[in-house]
Amino acid sequence: MSEQHHEDQHGHDEAKHHEDHDHGHHELGFIRKYVFSVDHKVIGIQYAITALCFLFFGFSLMMLMRWQLAFPGKALLPGVFEKITHFIDFFVKGANKIFHGQFFTKGVNGFLHLKIFPIEFSNPIGDGMPGGQMLPEFYNSLGAMHGTIMVFLGVVPLAVGAFGNYVVPLQVGAPDMAFPRMNAASYWTYFVGGCIMLLSFFMPGGAANSGWTSYPPLSDTATMGQTFWLIGMVALITSSLLGSINFIVTIIQLRAKGLSFFRLPFFVWAQFVTSFLLLLAFPPLEAAGVLQLMDRVAGTSFFLPTGLVVSGMPLAVSGGGNPLLWQHLFWFLAHPEVYVLILPAIGIITEIIVNNTRKPLYGYKTIVYAVFFLGFMSFVVWAHHMFMTGMGTTMSNFFQVTTMIISIPSVVILTVLILTLWGASIRFSLPMHFALAFLPMFAIGGLTGLPLGLTASDIYLHDTFYVIGHFHYVVAPGTLFALFAGVYYWYPKATGRMMSSFWGKMHFWLSFLAINCVFFPMLIQGIAGLNRRLADPTVYAHAVAIQNLNVIISVASWVLGSAQLIFICNFFLSIKFGKKVGDNPWQATTLEWATPTPPPHGNFLTEPVVYCGPYEYSVPGEDSDFHPQTVPFNGGADGLLKVSGQHHPAPKD
Amino acid sequence: MENSIYGYHLPPDISMHGYQIDRLIHIVHYFMVFLFVGWGIFFVYCLIRFRKREGHKASYESSTSKLPKFAEIGIVAFELFLLIGLSFPVWSRYKGDFPSEKDSLTVRIISQQFVWNIHYPGEDGKFGRSDPKLVTDSNPLGVDATDPNAADDVVIQNQFHFPVSKPVVVHLTSKDVIHSFGVPVLRVKQDTIPGMNVPIHFEAKQTGSFEIVCSQLCGVGHTTMKGNIIVEKQEDFDKWYKEQPRPFKQTKAATVGTAKHEG
Repeated sequence: MSEQHHEDQHGHDEAKHHEDHDHGHHELGFIRKYVFSVDHKVIGIQYAITALCFLFFGFSLMMLMRWQLAFPGKALLPGVFEKITHFIDFFVKGANKIFHGQFFTKGVNGFLHLKIFPIEFSNPIGDGMPGGQMLPEFYNSLGAMHGTIMVFLGVVPLAVGAFGNYVVPLQVGAPDMAFPRMNAASYWTYFVGGCIMLLSFFMPGGAANSGWTSYPPLSDTATMGQTFWLIGMVALITSSLLGSINFIVTIIQLRAKGLSFFRLPFFVWAQFVTSFLLLLAFPPLEAAGVLQLMDRVAGTSFFLPTGLVVSGMPLAVSGGGNPLLWQHLFWFLAHPEVYVLILPAIGIITEIIVNNTRKPLYGYKTIVYAVFFLGFMSFVVWAHHMFMTGMGTTMSNFFQVTTMIISIPSVVILTVLILTLWGASIRFSLPMHFALAFLPMFAIGGLTGLPLGLTASDIYLHDTFYVIGHFHYVVAPGTLFALFAGVYYWYPKATGRMMSSFWGKMHFWLSFLAINCVFFPMLIQGIAGLNRRLADPTVYAHAVAIQNLNVIISVASWVLGSAQLIFICNFFLSIKFGKKVGDNPWQATTLEWATPTPPPHGNFLTEPVVYCGPYEYSVPGEDSDFHPQTVPFNGGADGLLKVSGQHHPAPKD
Repeated sequence: MENSIYGYHLPPDISMHGYQIDRLIHIVHYFMVFLFVGWGIFFVYCLIRFRKREGHKASYESSTSKLPKFAEIGIVAFELFLLIGLSFPVWSRYKGDFPSEKDSLTVRIISQQFVWNIHYPGEDGKFGRSDPKLVTDSNPLGVDATDPNAADDVVIQNQFHFPVSKPVVVHLTSKDVIHSFGVPVLRVKQDTIPGMNVPIHFEAKQTGSFEIVCSQLCGVGHTTMKGNIIVEKQEDFDKWYKEQPRPFKQTKAATVGTAKHEG
């Protein structure tokens, strides 16, 4: 113990050093303070706003696609699209003039054209939706970019980059992340990755159009956008790696005095496991991304077998590669990635549920062990995405067994959360609405994984809309609801003001109804056999029979999109007009509420000392129904032992 | 006629093995609904009973009921049953248990961007050699016409004829990118992967014409990569098979000519 304390002390010294260092230049300019900041809170907010923008953009792509799915081949607002085309043309032509025209002197022109950017830009809307009518290649590229943007540019940066950055150092009682500059580097690498992804829309042939999974050989032979996708991915992965190391070190080294591991709030545990997943699972994809990049630009054949004939012509490549190699590398990341999406969400939900039930978490250690087991198992289930690649019985049986095993810790987590409700005094606050809705939505998402995880039923359901319904239930009304809950929950800490509860509840109910109208019919479509990724499903008789579901889903998705406008307005208007609140408006126990609001650079006014576990609510014999971690116990410490396991006397200085 | 068989449910099953898949899908869904409803009732009950109100205080103690443990053990047991009882056997039979060559029809299906090429071996039961270098518009599989085994081979596109009540073995591969051979009514799906040859087998118990759907994104024409299976009575199939042109059948002169050319 003493050694750990010693280490903690050491970490503090280091962090303090940073603090002192930064306090040295007390008058930071606007740019250093708000743009290239190294303060974890500013970086967290930067992550949050960027990720929210990407989420809305990614969702808009899908809202466009839903038009094509509901009314295949019909032009959408031809007049408007003509205007949009002209508008974008203005910029595209301008950029082309600069890079490929005679704008400057000859030498500069040549330099710009050859050395800086040899590719001519094209107009994604003009090429992809001429007159408002969506072409299949544009549909494919919207599909690929919707997945990529939502996962890699939206949810992960919001769940890990934003909430992790803002909340973890506060909850462990640290003045900042362990490596503040690396933290800033992580954000800016992510930002660059995002810009590359957006730029890829303007490449000839449009953005990547081989699905977010980018299976070769299709992706190896795809248009220019795919190259940009790969470069963008390499940047995003690098960003995540930088972030994950930072979280691990922060959580291990910078915990406040008295904050032993089993006194950490569950959100910190969730981020801890998530960081390990990112750290261990992303490198294979980074390697795979580079290999695919080599296949595309350097003529290698890592993923191309011998004897390919594309469009009637033998492909001039050396061959000898294997397309399945990519799938293994990709899913070795992308399955743990699913847990990267869901674990921080579960962490947020746990904080909010415990806070609003006003009682300790049922089975704190159980849920911590469950999340560790979940993290470990997530590395050995990846090939269940590949049952239809011609896998034999040994391998597929192994992977369906591990897939069934991984459902157990998920059930344990849900059980812990729901049993926390037993004996509670539930406050139906705004974040609690989203947190409670998360539970049944995540349950549907988890349960619908069963028939997909069993090989026999997967034969039929694989690659149908059932899959789409399944993972969206996990990620959309699951993770995204949790993230909304988190925004509503920590917003008063970041701004000192509450978001409007009325408009928040409007946002909740509209979203909740619409999102179920979007994803539940997809399960039915999947059962009926409708395949995913079809630009025009009405080619097939079995899809025509259920086409009106597509219309319902599309309308619901547009309602869902409109409901988010409420959130956007609420988010920005509340900065100025929200109700002012104190430092601890939710009457919570964890350390982030022990800081001033908003927390200053360095977070805590005095170094916090922790005396008890994270969830001491309704402690018998106390007047108030919450007992912050920073408050020593005067009596009634017996109950405490059950929760935290170890109760330290007040540490001596 | 085909439209009427589809709707908001599983499409009809015309295969011998499909009932097992359907059974599993049904049982899993009953299990899911049972769990979700049971769980949901408890959830709503908690929300109502433990809502915040005057005079109601949260308790510091957690529930000590053993019920959740039993529920979890029950779920584990049922998942084991699903795995061992219902999934393993079906998959083993689907992946193994290939019918003997004598009693079955063997064909190759080679997918390409956006066509299903179906290669029948002809009466001799042997496929002609094929080579990517020989691919032309009229010979999409690059079948080597000098191979005597190719003489009676039949290559057609998208219309996959086979007889009812007879096992069919299909060797699947692809020329360019990954496609997936999916036939909803047959409860069959298998990726076709360039560089790999994956055999599957099935047997239809009903005649008719049904859709083949490409189930893996394969490019701009993915959505239109539609084929048909045409399941026929054995005699109808034989008649159809006989009538098909044999493009690689060589007249004597042609054979000599090719040989000379090669020499």
